[in-house]
Amino acid sequence: MVAQQPLRVVRCGGSKLSGARAAFSADAKYLLCASGDYVKVYSTATEECVHILQGHTNLVTGIQLNPQNHMQLYSCSLDGTIKLWDFTDGILIKTFVVGYKLFAFYTLAGSEDSVFVIIPKKNEDSLDSFQLVSVKLPKTPDQEVEAKELSLILDDIGQSPKCTAFGREGEYVASVRGLHLLVYFFKKKKVNRFPLSATSRKGANNYFTCVACHPKEDCIASGHKDGKIRLWRNFNHKREYTFSTLHWHHDVVMDLAFSVEGTSLLSGGVESVLVQWRDGSDCKKEFLPRLGSTIEHISASPDGTFYCTSHTENKITIINSNLSVSAVIQGLVKGSDVKTGLVVDPRTKALVLNGKPGHLQFYCLQTDKQLYNLDIVQQEYIHQIGLNQVDLVKVAFSAQGSWLATVEQREEKETELELQMKLWNYDEQTQSFTLNTRINNPHEDHVTALCFRDTDELEDGTPTLVTAGNDGRFKVWVLVDDSDSEKRSMGWSCDFVGSYHNYPATNCCFSEDGSLLAVSFEETVTVWNSDTWDLICTFCHPPGRIQNLCFGRLSCSKYLLGTTDNGFLCCWNLLSCALEWSAQLNVMVLQPDPLSENIAAVSRLSEGSDLFVFKPNEPRPFCIQRNVCRERVQWAVFIPKDVPESIGSEKHQWLSRSQLYFLTETQDLLTFSTKSTEERLTPSSKQLAVEESLPMTPFYLLLGKHRHQQRSKENADLGTAVVQSHLAQDSPAIKELLHTPAHVLPSASFLCSIFINSMLISKENKSAGEVVDEVEMDSEKAEDESDEDLELTEMEQDINPTEFLGEITQTKLSKSQEKQLRKIRRMDYSWVAAL
Amino acid sequence: MASYKPVVVQSFPKLGEKITQDTLYWKNYKTPVQIKEFGAVNKIDFSPIPPHNYAVTASSRIHIYGRYSQEPIKTFSRFKDAAYCATYRDDGRLLVAGSEEGVVRLFDISGRAALRQFDGHTKAVHVVDFLSDKYRIFSGADDYTSKLWDIPSATEIVSYSEHTDYVRCGCTSKLNTDLFVTGGRYVKVWDILKGGQLLVSLKNHHKTVTCLCLSSSGQRLLSGSLDRHVKVYSTTSYKVVHSFDYAASILSLALAPEDETIVVGMTNGVLNVRHRKHEESKERFPKKKRPGYRTFVKGRNYMPKQEDFFVSKPVRSHLKKYDKLLKSFQVSKALDVVLEARNRTPEITVAVMQELNRRGTLKNALAGRDETQLSILLAFLIRYVVEPRFAPMLIKVAEMIIDIYLPVVGQSAVIDKQFLRLQEIIEKEIDYQAELLEVLGMMDALFATMTRKKATSLEENKTHGILRVPEQATSN
Repeated sequence: MVAQQPLRVVRCGGSKLSGARAAFSADAKYLLCASGDYVKVYSTATEECVHILQGHTNLVTGIQLNPQNHMQLYSCSLDGTIKLWDFTDGILIKTFVVGYKLFAFYTLAGSEDSVFVIIPKKNEDSLDSFQLVSVKLPKTPDQEVEAKELSLILDDIGQSPKCTAFGREGEYVASVRGLHLLVYFFKKKKVNRFPLSATSRKGANNYFTCVACHPKEDCIASGHKDGKIRLWRNFNHKREYTFSTLHWHHDVVMDLAFSVEGTSLLSGGVESVLVQWRDGSDCKKEFLPRLGSTIEHISASPDGTFYCTSHTENKITIINSNLSVSAVIQGLVKGSDVKTGLVVDPRTKALVLNGKPGHLQFYCLQTDKQLYNLDIVQQEYIHQIGLNQVDLVKVAFSAQGSWLATVEQREEKETELELQMKLWNYDEQTQSFTLNTRINNPHEDHVTALCFRDTDELEDGTPTLVTAGNDGRFKVWVLVDDSDSEKRSMGWSCDFVGSYHNYPATNCCFSEDGSLLAVSFEETVTVWNSDTWDLICTFCHPPGRIQNLCFGRLSCSKYLLGTTDNGFLCCWNLLSCALEWSAQLNVMVLQPDPLSENIAAVSRLSEGSDLFVFKPNEPRPFCIQRNVCRERVQWAVFIPKDVPESIGSEKHQWLSRSQLYFLTETQDLLTFSTKSTEERLTPSSKQLAVEESLPMTPFYLLLGKHRHQQRSKENADLGTAVVQSHLAQDSPAIKELLHTPAHVLPSASFLCSIFINSMLISKENKSAGEVVDEVEMDSEKAEDESDEDLELTEMEQDINPTEFLGEITQTKLSKSQEKQLRKIRRMDYSWVAAL
Repeated sequence: MASYKPVVVQSFPKLGEKITQDTLYWKNYKTPVQIKEFGAVNKIDFSPIPPHNYAVTASSRIHIYGRYSQEPIKTFSRFKDAAYCATYRDDGRLLVAGSEEGVVRLFDISGRAALRQFDGHTKAVHVVDFLSDKYRIFSGADDYTSKLWDIPSATEIVSYSEHTDYVRCGCTSKLNTDLFVTGGRYVKVWDILKGGQLLVSLKNHHKTVTCLCLSSSGQRLLSGSLDRHVKVYSTTSYKVVHSFDYAASILSLALAPEDETIVVGMTNGVLNVRHRKHEESKERFPKKKRPGYRTFVKGRNYMPKQEDFFVSKPVRSHLKKYDKLLKSFQVSKALDVVLEARNRTPEITVAVMQELNRRGTLKNALAGRDETQLSILLAFLIRYVVEPRFAPMLIKVAEMIIDIYLPVVGQSAVIDKQFLRLQEIIEKEIDYQAELLEVLGMMDALFATMTRKKATSLEENKTHGILRVPEQATSN
């Protein structure tokens, strides 16, 4: 295995998908979107991520197809480079270094060698003004080129890419900032400036937010802060310009986009309703409501079949042109604040946290995919800024995952607090949680902690839940059977209310066997017997408010750990009722591993968070990881692994059975890894998956059949060649040939002899190689067969001979193979010559 | 995409009794028939043979009523003073009664005059009954004796004088293993066969239990008491499964065979008769013609073939009227709709108000109302503002209404009156709450003295554990 690999902090859960406008490929088969430092390529049909284009070292701010070549993509980033990609193969073609932070990127079909970017003025961030410049891209064959030929077009414009748009055939560029609309005409080299008054008598807020240009006519659409859309015409005259107003949005217009033909205008905003305005008239509008959350970007596909909207909740919705949702690409929803913390669903081992407003998201970390959303609040969400929404604040699962407790609150003023606790039962039949009990106002003040008793549910123990509240009480809720003769029903009701000198209860937790309950009341920890609800003992050794509380596990179950706000970590022995040890450590998060005795503590000193992993029976931590991240760590959780991993290093043994994930203040989900960067799935196999999963339309049945027949014929001819290439796959020469970009390869005639030589199999190692190869081929065969299962029955008859042929070549590799090889040698020459 | 989510109407736990099979059974009686007697009804007895007439002993008369007649079929009034305990024989043809003057009389049902007259007791005879051999009569009197009489010869067979007090209650053996005895507020059940072992003691009445009665199946025991309740117990669990309320203290109680009729006699001389409802009365109304079964399954059971192209029909969700209005953001209209519902479902009205408040448009919905609309709103508030489940929301609504309509107060007499009424109700509620808090404080002090031995303040609360916080006064 790996020798002494250092522990690395790895980011997971992906970055924001809605950072920039997404772009469609020319045939609308792929959707390209910027995601953090990467560009992701999704299939529009299957929602699957096909490629991840990695290379930028900072946030990608703009992506645009190359107007000269539809298979290529430009992307620009804050690291000051523009990169050209082949997105179908996921290969970086070229890098242009500009040297300024690039905030937006535009290309024009007309101007072949120059692109437009928005850069900060004099390269200073503090200055709140930006300029639009055109960059001349030099035509040199090198991989990395410096592009320093900048020419200023517009000065003092907005930073956002939405605030600038290029007009019909690149004749003009429109840009908005504050209360001004600027239009620059390239031919006349003239700027027209159209100001608006800040507010009108009717209380309008005229600040511009975004702009879009009609693709066929001289028309500019602009969005405003008060939800108005203005359509500007005749703007090549300074005075005789006209505009018409469209008003439906009640809040900021976030983005505007014209359809390809310009017949309809799309707009979206906080309301999360996509509005389609036909022919720019106020009466012909269509809506697609309830898209989930604020629409940040809208883009239309070049062939006019799809629109897509990017949302704040890390989601991209692909919409058919008849305004019906076709696909949803959903990442990890990162709200402003994760109030529920990180929780593990014991059933699916998924990470559970706040998702969409009022929802819980179940996120599978192994596949980096959202499993599902559970609607907790079950109320219509009103998209309006400044509205007090119901927040989901606490979540707890019972040990077997059959019960889920949630607490939601809505705080209007200091005094008015709406609290609701809900208990959900897992329904085996529907495979989801169903609401069992709803409790209004479980406490008179905020609920601070929530925990289930971890008893085996198969045993007699009734499910028990404890809530602690700021009102100085903790309450015990038990499941009671209130079924009568005709109807069976179970519900939760309050069994016991406890308090300690009316101090606010801050934390609660059960011991591993469920016999003890520890509740902290401000500076005191109380331990209660969970059968009789008697107070057994209290601990209050170091003064300081208790922030975290947990029991030790397995062999260390006699210890109780607590942290205080004045920087102490204390460990009490429950047998002797005395303080075992304490350490000065400013612990932010204390998290026990459910599968071992280990406890992880994340502390924060002046800057940077440190991780300590220790066992409660000895005060010395066995693993210290300094500076895991710069921000404050808010939550952490151990997630059990499906298969225990063997880790060579003794020091990192604690990571073998469960993985520690933690969430920082900036909503980054991080984890530890001892492995070097994981091998991602090879792009080619991914692509295959996409091809296969194309939907079976009637059209496909007509054409696809024909094509398949052709292909099978080709296979019959070249079947052996396919096998051969597989054999030679591990040859370095072939690898080099296949994996270097075409434009950097030497001439074909030079490569030819190396290529052919590498294809030849020397007679000596044949027997040794055969065994290994056969395995490989078998797997390939299986793949072929599964492929063919999709086809219609008639075609199978056509294919069968070829399969048979393939089998023959595979088994008899000796003489027939040599014959075939010679054949190929002849064929290959002709093919290479064609290059 | 996600569809509109309708307003969640909170369901509150139903207070009071739960609906069980028993409550349904015992509630299935018609409205009672009240018959006025001359004095307190001390005994009711059903004839064991059909048509199950019943003898009612009240004052100096014994009335015999038929099943449906409210007038007595027959009256025996040969008593100088009060008659007691008219009881049928097993075959329903003879009736025996004791009396205040100490004479036991035996009547034939068809005749008018007494067949036999048994003299011998010196004081009032309160208890008489036939023995199981049909030819002897047992009697108990206030002269501390109980006697057995022979019917054919009209002579005294034996006299027991072991009692040291009035004999007021007695029972002849009918091969029943359990004996029910009432004493004071308790109903006690003894097992005779086990040598008089006390099975259970029922303490569900708070005044003296005066009469007991078994239902025809023997599964239920009914007890009537001076506290004006009749309670029905299950004889397997001895738990109260149902109870009836009456206007006056109950002296006697009888149940017809098959539980067809419950007759209750009270101290004020009113005889209360309840007959069982019968199901067949419902079927008299002709059933409405409904579309046939085939209409509903048409096309549903069609199995799609391989080449069929399946077009799924979108599921239409049916929204309530207020939900439809809320969906289109017509807040005032939505509020009007739920207020119009004539206060049948205040939960829905309050739920819609809550939803409007959450959307931040409650003030808009409340404002701009004319006199009639406002008076409906105020009437709703007056009715429900003190109900604890709605109070938090309605107090907020009341505050808003006062804020909005304060400038126009005094322009309409109707509205002003309602405002004053609201103020009155709220002041009364505040007084109640203050009183309740006082009581709570007293109880806390009591509990504190009881649990002083423990070092910590333990507070056990078996119910919900939430106190009602005194509501803030809103008055104009």
